[in-house]
Amino acid sequence: MTLGRACVFLALAIAPAGALASIYGARSRRREWVAVGRRSVYALAAVLTVAFAVLESAFLRSDFSFEVVATHSSLATPFFYKAAAMWSSQEGSLLLWMWLLSLWSSLVLFLTRNTLRELAPYATAVLLGFATFFGSLVVFLANPFQLLSPAPGDGTGLQPLLRHPSMMIHPPMLYSGYTLFTVPFAFAVAALITRRTDAAWIRATRRFGLAAWCFLGIGILIGARWSWSELGWGGYWAWDPVENAALMPWLAGTAFLHSFMVQEKRGLLKLWNVCLVLGAGILAILGTFLVRSGILQSIHAFGGSTLGKPFLGFIAVLVLGSVALVTSRREYLRSPEARSYSPLSRESIFLLNNVLLVGLCFVIFWGTFFPLISEAFTGNKASVGPPWFDRYTVPLAIALVFMSGLGPLMAWRKTTLAGARRSVQAPALFAIAVVVLLLVLGVPSSKPSALALFAGAAFAIGSVLQELYRGVSVRRATTSEAPPLALVSVVRRNRRRYGGYIVHVGIALLFIGVGASAAFQHIRDVRLSPGQTARIGGYDVRYLRATSSVAPEKVVLGAVLDVSKNGKHVTTLRTTRGYYPSSDPTAGPVGQYFDGDSTTEVGLKAGLRRDIWTAVQPDVGAMQKMIDGIDKRFPLAQGDTQALLLSAVAQRYVAAPPPAVFRLIVSPMVEWIWLGGIVLGLGGLIAIWPPPRARRERAPASSWSARLGRELSRA
Amino acid sequence: MQLFLVMLVLCGAAALMASPLYSKRRAGHGLDPEEAALEAARDAKFREIRDAELDFRTGKLSREDYRAIDASLRGEAIELLRRLDAVRGKEAAA
Repeated sequence: MTLGRACVFLALAIAPAGALASIYGARSRRREWVAVGRRSVYALAAVLTVAFAVLESAFLRSDFSFEVVATHSSLATPFFYKAAAMWSSQEGSLLLWMWLLSLWSSLVLFLTRNTLRELAPYATAVLLGFATFFGSLVVFLANPFQLLSPAPGDGTGLQPLLRHPSMMIHPPMLYSGYTLFTVPFAFAVAALITRRTDAAWIRATRRFGLAAWCFLGIGILIGARWSWSELGWGGYWAWDPVENAALMPWLAGTAFLHSFMVQEKRGLLKLWNVCLVLGAGILAILGTFLVRSGILQSIHAFGGSTLGKPFLGFIAVLVLGSVALVTSRREYLRSPEARSYSPLSRESIFLLNNVLLVGLCFVIFWGTFFPLISEAFTGNKASVGPPWFDRYTVPLAIALVFMSGLGPLMAWRKTTLAGARRSVQAPALFAIAVVVLLLVLGVPSSKPSALALFAGAAFAIGSVLQELYRGVSVRRATTSEAPPLALVSVVRRNRRRYGGYIVHVGIALLFIGVGASAAFQHIRDVRLSPGQTARIGGYDVRYLRATSSVAPEKVVLGAVLDVSKNGKHVTTLRTTRGYYPSSDPTAGPVGQYFDGDSTTEVGLKAGLRRDIWTAVQPDVGAMQKMIDGIDKRFPLAQGDTQALLLSAVAQRYVAAPPPAVFRLIVSPMVEWIWLGGIVLGLGGLIAIWPPPRARRERAPASSWSARLGRELSRA
Repeated sequence: MQLFLVMLVLCGAAALMASPLYSKRRAGHGLDPEEAALEAARDAKFREIRDAELDFRTGKLSREDYRAIDASLRGEAIELLRRLDAVRGKEAAA
């Protein structure tokens, strides 16, 4: 048995053993067994790190005796992509999932080793339960250490679509998000089992929930950026159901990060929070299931999969177990006393935003799974398109973005009508001014949804700016600090509050980008010969010349285009299409390149005002006669001869280029989406950063107020 | 070589897992659940007091509302500190 295979077997033994030790320790109150359970998680992380290193090293060394390396990499695959090729495979990505789970679990259990005596053992058991399920998949159904004998001399290479720098970051970010969502899930289950439904479990896991939210959100945006710059962007909702599915736990996470605060401060929403956290954990597994099962038509589903049934079984266990646990503990999830909400309070806004977020989550769930639902009931796989999504998501998104501006303006518990009016006034005026300015600048009033979205985003940004200004003013009134220093101080002292506000700005920027690019995008497919021009969105796009090159594993045909506006040069775009050889030996030494996979490198001029985007589809059919002729004359050509023949075809393409089809897109403010993502990540980081720890102090009863004052000033 | 490495990983993992059973040091006992809950409530209450103060100073709360809310929050915070001390005292005595 190889080292890697032994490690995953060992991981599968450690996970259930550790879970049993934790439960035994908790039930018998034997702390040494609880410690055995916790250390099992550390041991799991250690053996999976070895397994991960073995497989990664096999990819980097091009060790084709590993089947997964032979089928997902090749000698010609660039080193950078060899490193990322591991998680392009079913087997490797499951190992990555399990490894990340073990690392995050180790981190949370290490940080809570001296706290949560009652909860930690059960949470450990749940986390190890997840590891047991994924370990079973890796050991029995998707073995990443399957060997080939004899080992082939070369591999088939990495899927061309995946050869993009984002491949290095996008999957690990998404998987980090998914695996981190299991941490609050595990502690929620532990809280229910032990009936300790107070805020302690929230305090221990809030930061992990926030980290999951950040990783998943940024992972989704990196996927969107990848799709925009490489895949040709199907548009919102039509892009890929798997990415839509990743939005669901993110939305549930957004909801619980807000409603957590209501439970922490007011002791309210216990049942709601537990349901949201359990829901987010299950949706994270559902997202993984969609990626790995290939059950929906997706760019992420490479080939058939045998993992569908085990995943469905596991999800059923999670859903039924969660429902049973919540039902049996419902009396512990009631609020301790009847506490009312003032309609003008932050908790009321949070409640409303939770309802909207869950509504949005449900719409996306229904739209994404509709093909499966319709097939189950009618036998036909029908799907819903972007208009269906837009009908429901656009009003919800507009309401949400307004809520994200309104929340920071409200005080906890109670805001007077006069105070609310005073707070809302300036951001509302700012929003109105922005809309008027947009109309004056020529934005058509025929797009009311987009205008409403811009107004909401302006309101949200205005409210955060006002809050920052007010916070800085208060700080300066007491310390006389310079404004930048006062800003840093006020954010540092209230990281959660201002980190959250900065996230709201990121979301507003993101919505501006989405609204503008969805409503005002121009898109055209044109067929051009060199010298011809097409007009789109006020720009003239001229096909200047054809280009070509031959790389070790692909033939590249492309085009250079000149973009101008009112006769003035704007930019030059270069777009190419790379053709990779198929493994069909009968296709001929040149023909095989045009029978295999092909990918597009788009020509993109990005800017804060608009992106100009183009992708070329060369008419290879026009050269078919030449390709067939060469293949007939040199059927066995390989090596240098084959490269020479390919060069001849490439040169012929440049010398006498046939007309090519171009997709042209002029899309306003797409860059704001990525900018919003950066701001969102920054705000998340500020909110995650731990505050200084309060020192323990004891005080005689007479000085309670003084002690409270001291502890407050330090906290 | 492979076998040696497999045995090394196996023994390392077993030693790591089983060490609390043989260690002379007492396994870390962690916080009492009551204490953990009270600490969480105390921290949340502190945040609430500071938030209320900031809400008042940034004009979201009227002076009257702020006084009433602040007094009530401080009372609740003191009660939490008392209970926390009582739990810690019990723990120390045990």
